Amino acid sequence: MSRSLKKGPYIDKKLYKKVLKMISEGSKRPIKTWSRSSTIIPDMIGLTLNVYNGKVFIPVFISEALVGHKLGEFSPTRTFRSHSGTKKGKGK
Amino acid sequence: MARIAGVDLPSGKRIEIALTYIFGIGRSRSRKVLLDTGFDRNRKTKDLTEDEVLKLRDYIEKNFKVEGELRTEVSLNLKRLMDIGCYRGLRHRRGLPVRGQRTSTNARTRKGKKQAIGGKRK
Repeated sequence: MSRSLKKGPYIDKKLYKKVLKMISEGSKRPIKTWSRSSTIIPDMIGLTLNVYNGKVFIPVFISEALVGHKLGEFSPTRTFRSHSGTKKGKGK
Repeated sequence: MARIAGVDLPSGKRIEIALTYIFGIGRSRSRKVLLDTGFDRNRKTKDLTEDEVLKLRDYIEKNFKVEGELRTEVSLNLKRLMDIGCYRGLRHRRGLPVRGQRTSTNARTRKGKKQAIGGKRK
């Protein structure tokens, strides 16, 4: 079920503050964040966010296409090592 | 033979069912089409006149995205997910279930037929 429109998109308050600050400063330094559940909002376009995946920060450059997704979607938490006998991987 | 959206409708079936042969129209849409255009949904497809077929065709083309157009939209959606490199896109790329289902067992629809893994023999 999707989130009620009344509430607006979820975004971590501190992260939002940082984003606003970055915009006002016009700087493009990446923001470190742990808030994987925050929605990507149009304000973030052009910024780079380092999203924590439990181990390292994955740099995510926010482009227009990413708006509406959550930050965590771009920072996978699991690594898949292929099986020994895999002949051909499906796709890349 | 009635042709709608580039698909031949089976002439022996009730129109309600026959419409579902179009990609993008299922039972509920089929019903809605017939209701809105004022058809008896129990009539056989072969009994329809040219004009009636035309009426259905117009209605469907005006209101729904079907067949090729719909297929393009779906594949574009998939492509978008894959291009932005999000989790769902990765799952599509790998051919694994996208919505968090287990993959230890099952998930055969996405993964395809079982592949035997050769056991070690002495």
